[in-house]
Amino acid sequence: MIIETKELTKNYHHKDGLVVAIKNINLNFEQGDFVTITGPSGSGKTTLLLLLAGLIRPTSGRITFKGYDLHSASDNKLANIRSKHIGFIMQNFSLIPYLSVLNNVLIPLSLNQNGENTKSDYAVHLLESIGLKDRMNHLPKELSAGQQQRVAIARALVNKPNLILADEPTGNLDPALAIEILEVLKQINIENKITIIMVTHSPTASEYGNVRVHIKDGSIII
Amino acid sequence: MKIYKLVLIELWHRKSQLITALLAITLGIGVIVGIRSVAVVSEKAVAVNLDNLGANIMVLPLAASVDNYYSADIDAPTFPEDYVERIATSTLAGVDNMSPKLTRKIKIGETNIVLTGIIPKNELASKPIWQTAGLTGKELQTTCGANPINQSFGYKDEKLQRKAIDSIATDECLIGSNISKKLKLKEKNIVTIQGKNFKVAKVLPETGTVDDDRIFAHLHTVQALLGINGQISAIEIMGCCNAISDGLLSKLRNILPDTKITTINQIVATQIKTNQLMNKISVIFLIIVLFVGGISIGNSIWANVNERKKEIGTLRMIGFTKGKIYEILLLKAAILGIIGGILGYLVGTLSGVVLGPQLAGLNIEPIPIYLPWSILISLFISLCGSLIPAYLAGKIEPYKIMQEA
Ligand SMILES: Nc1ncnc2c1ncn2[C@@H]1O[C@H](COP(=O)(O)OP(=O)(O)OP(=O)(O)O)[C@@H](O)[C@H]1O
Ligand SMILES: [Mg+2]
Repeated sequence: MIIETKELTKNYHHKDGLVVAIKNINLNFEQGDFVTITGPSGSGKTTLLLLLAGLIRPTSGRITFKGYDLHSASDNKLANIRSKHIGFIMQNFSLIPYLSVLNNVLIPLSLNQNGENTKSDYAVHLLESIGLKDRMNHLPKELSAGQQQRVAIARALVNKPNLILADEPTGNLDPALAIEILEVLKQINIENKITIIMVTHSPTASEYGNVRVHIKDGSIII
Repeated sequence: MKIYKLVLIELWHRKSQLITALLAITLGIGVIVGIRSVAVVSEKAVAVNLDNLGANIMVLPLAASVDNYYSADIDAPTFPEDYVERIATSTLAGVDNMSPKLTRKIKIGETNIVLTGIIPKNELASKPIWQTAGLTGKELQTTCGANPINQSFGYKDEKLQRKAIDSIATDECLIGSNISKKLKLKEKNIVTIQGKNFKVAKVLPETGTVDDDRIFAHLHTVQALLGINGQISAIEIMGCCNAISDGLLSKLRNILPDTKITTINQIVATQIKTNQLMNKISVIFLIIVLFVGGISIGNSIWANVNERKKEIGTLRMIGFTKGKIYEILLLKAAILGIIGGILGYLVGTLSGVVLGPQLAGLNIEPIPIYLPWSILISLFISLCGSLIPAYLAGKIEPYKIMQEA
């Protein structure tokens, strides 16, 4: 088991009243699972992902990731866990605009000093495997949307994480490109046994999951 | 990928913002360095000038100031040379030595020089009338010694003083060391001044005073050359201090009614006051720079943070701690501070070197020790100014960028 939640609840305090975004969710995923999370807009998918990443704190309940209690860890500990074990892929790619493709991939490495050279070779290797080695000195804005998302995937992989969290990674891509990206994720999942938790709207994308979670109004339906 | 590399790339990427961020601090540091460079040189100039003057009383035309005398303006007022003899024949006690001078600023080619007419020591000594007044010219210090009281009147040890010029022919000149460098003149060369040829009898050793930019020639030759016959711009007098306290100055004023007679002490006091004012101004400036420079750098870091909200969110998401975000922004502020300090030093020193001679008649030398100080102060200012923006940047929540997708 890599990640587990117990009675996980998240309320947002809003000036118009309390928003219950996640309600008593119990989940557990194994290393190597490809999890897809679907559900209507506003159902709490992103909120769940943020909780699993330790980017927001639950109102109540527990989250355990690789034996760490995320609900009670300090901010710095959480940042540390993210940098070592979790990769992120966002709908808007979230690349650093002024850094070259290679430097974008290398960014997570600035947080751990040792073995930089071998890891830098690894970054080039990753870019090669996604077919962007010849673009490594380009800026993100000089790449197409699909290429930018592949750079983000390489960045998510560079620290050899156990878990990749993806929030609608194909949301900004046309269907053909979306399939390409999904295939890359599938390959990562199978070859490296990396757990992937992917939020998506698209039925095609949700087909990729071996574990499929559907949430509505903050609760799991299936 | 090291943090500093990220910072440098970002800095370069937004290099146009550098100019606005650095403007205030660069100008501020520049002004301080400029003022200080001038002040230091003028302090030194006053001190050295007085040490070398060999005189403690100045007789000047009524309308003139000491500045007029030093800057030797074209229309600086003059008075008759006869006054020298008036003093000599008055048999006033305590006048040990006198040196009449006529100074004018002229140009040789493109070089500004101060032409100074003097009467050499041997002529002073040979004038019978002066011998009767007890001035043999051999013993300059006849009635006073370099005792502490006399020193307090500017009557320093003679060894430190400007050596009296023993003799000079009417077609000879002595040149200051700067002039010799600028005009590439050596001893025995011929130099043409206002159409008349002079032989360089001697290149004077460097003194660090206005003398370095002077050419000395015989008073009467200079008078003729400038068409101001029988006139001089000052008499430097070596007066015995005891006599000064006994009212030598008012006695001199009685026999030379239309002149201004001051002691070097008074001149020094005015100069010191000016320098103190300069110091005060630079302290006030420093405080202004602390505020304006700090706020301006802080402001530009804050603008930078706002522009990079998404990026900061992304960095926090992939595992950067708040501390790392502070590090990125403060490192940027530190680099700005260091650049600002270096630029400020260069601007200040350069404007001092270029404008100093024109505005203040002083040769400003760069003061290297101000470079590390400029950098330190500028670094301090920009770090202080950036503390609040960096703190606020740490508060940017990483999840915001995920929800705004
Ligand atoms: N910071 C917040 N403050 C208040 N309410 C919030 C906040 N973030 C999310 N919510 C609310 O929580 C609920 C769940 O939001 P969430 O972003 O998790 O939905 P989602 O399933 O990801 O939706 P979408 O498919 O549109 O991305 C929504 O009703 C939303 O309005
Ligand atoms: Mg969402």
